[in-house]
Amino acid sequence: MFLALRELAFARGRFSLMGLVIGLIAILMVLLSGLSSGLVNDGVSGLKSLPVSAFAFDEGTKTDNAFSRSVVDTDQLAAWRGQPDVAEAELMGTSIMNAVTDDGQQVDLTMFGVEPDGFLAPEPADGDALDRPAGIVVSESLRGEGIDVGTVITLDRINTELEVVGFTEGQATFGHVDIAYLPLATWQLIAAGQAPDGEAPTDAHLATLDFDQASVIALQGAEGSELAAGSAEAFAAGDTAATTTTLSLEESFNASPGYQAETMTLSMIQVFLYAIGALVVGAFFTVWTIQRGHELAVLRAMGASAGYLLRDGLAQASILLVSFTALGVAAGVGLGSLMPEGMPFALEAQPIAVASALTILLGLVGAAVAVLRVTRIEPISALGGNR
Amino acid sequence: MSTTVDHHREPAQDRSAPGPAGILGLHLRDVTLEVGDGGERVRALDRVDLSVTPGEFVAVIGPSGAGKSSLLAVAGALATPTSGVVEVLGQDLAGLRGQGQLAAFRRRHLGFVFQSGNLVPALTAADQLRLARRIAHRGGRSRSFDPAPLLEAVDMGHRAGHRPGQLSGGERQRVGIARALVNEPSLLLVDEPTAALDRRRSQDIVALLARQCHQRGIAGVMVTHDHDVLDHCDRVVEMVDGRLVDHRSVTLRP
Ligand SMILES: Nc1ncnc2c1ncn2[C@@H]1O[C@H](COP(=O)(O)OP(=O)(O)O)[C@@H](O)[C@H]1O
Ligand SMILES: [Mg+2]
Repeated sequence: MFLALRELAFARGRFSLMGLVIGLIAILMVLLSGLSSGLVNDGVSGLKSLPVSAFAFDEGTKTDNAFSRSVVDTDQLAAWRGQPDVAEAELMGTSIMNAVTDDGQQVDLTMFGVEPDGFLAPEPADGDALDRPAGIVVSESLRGEGIDVGTVITLDRINTELEVVGFTEGQATFGHVDIAYLPLATWQLIAAGQAPDGEAPTDAHLATLDFDQASVIALQGAEGSELAAGSAEAFAAGDTAATTTTLSLEESFNASPGYQAETMTLSMIQVFLYAIGALVVGAFFTVWTIQRGHELAVLRAMGASAGYLLRDGLAQASILLVSFTALGVAAGVGLGSLMPEGMPFALEAQPIAVASALTILLGLVGAAVAVLRVTRIEPISALGGNR
Repeated sequence: MSTTVDHHREPAQDRSAPGPAGILGLHLRDVTLEVGDGGERVRALDRVDLSVTPGEFVAVIGPSGAGKSSLLAVAGALATPTSGVVEVLGQDLAGLRGQGQLAAFRRRHLGFVFQSGNLVPALTAADQLRLARRIAHRGGRSRSFDPAPLLEAVDMGHRAGHRPGQLSGGERQRVGIARALVNEPSLLLVDEPTAALDRRRSQDIVALLARQCHQRGIAGVMVTHDHDVLDHCDRVVEMVDGRLVDHRSVTLRP
């Protein structure tokens, strides 16, 4: 470290330039990570907050958009309920609808039809739970858009009226669309095309309904079971019995609109960013080591072990990487907190920590490859002229 | 370390016998060094014999390509001779295995002075000496090391905080000499120390080198082109085509 620190101070111009690049990469990385987390939240926060281990889709449903495509019925539900390790199984309806509020504002809603007394029912942070056929509990994120408890929402085309009775705790969105929880029976009424035109559905409407279909079966595994852990083998028996295709909660994210494409694009950008970072740091230290070639040969001739010079070079790279990555992350977090409301952006400690560690680690790998040159320097080349 | 007895070995060829001038200092016996790869091999050193005793400062002169640098390399554990014996401080260098042991031997027992100092640009004069101390693996002892006395010894006490860029050629060379002395070497190897200096400074530098060798009992070998500085040397040897042709073993100083 003796030489490393003094050279950092001496060649501070050159090292600051390199540090600036590392810092900018770190800023970009924080912003990408924020965007990534934001998009994930926007895409699947509604699923993440459900106490669900897995979703069973009708067998053969295309994974893409499976939530709105799949159709399951009570027979399939019964088959799943008969499976061991299944603590809870319920039908759930999912569909995306357009609507207008009573003051004419247009909203898009993901309708999650759930049993009002079941394990999927939302616990509203504000207002009431699902307690009547026309009552809906909507995502907290809609509150800013002029929607409040008591707001009446009219579904487009069928003109059925629903009333906001409560808000979820925190954002609940699915495929970037805010979620409205409603009683499964009301969801089925709408799906069956029997929802009343121009008025709110009532118990009387539900009484006449003869329709047992929904979109998916939400499963909760018994505590500690394979099923709860999301193991594919644990799904096999139930899938055969119920003719379903079951995906763990994590896997089911891919079945929500656009999720896979977005996360893949972002991870690809991140991978490229890491690679660029490692290459740039590697190139810098290669040039730096070559520039110091004669000086290093002199030190080797004086008897410095290759290990000593290697450790020194790596210490130098670590100091540079850690300090400027930290600065970059701080700047990135600062910039991120200035992001406008409504942009899918979420700063989360864990992905940022992982990304910072990766930036530093891969940068160190790049530097190590460059610094390894010191082991190939011939001490004998210290003799003779100043090449 | 072999316990088997080699019956074919003649006593006269025993490579580990002490040199004629005693155990300390530098002894090259019948040293040949071939360089170059494969087909075109050049004899950089051709059956060279040379002994330098502790406290003696010897100059090596000769035309370019004569093998002077090769001599320093072989004596300085930087190159392994093709044949012959190199002994420093009673140690046969052939007994050192691998780059690691050679480097350890260099940092413990040898001092190098290079052309125009070859200092580390980032370090102040005092730090040049501290780095040399650290390189010699002296852990705690390297931290308590005080470079001031050595810098004083080369008249550089007033430049302790200056970097090479702020020093003149002669001053750089003085710091380089102090750096070579940090780890109390037994053998000092000096490569063209006056190549970049004017006449008066050259005299000062070589006089300083000779004085340090005499005072500290160091065996010194200096390669030089500069015939004006030979007066300061105890002995001058000349190389031509890899051979020591002229042992002008004039003792210039008692
Ligand atoms: N690495 C090498 N490869 C090929 N030839 C070399 C090498 N090093 C030295 N030589 C040759 O060995 C001879 C002696 O070189 P050197 O010891 O550098 O001489 P001097 O220092 O007296 O100029 C020269 O002919 C030189 O060309
Ligand atoms: Mg030479």
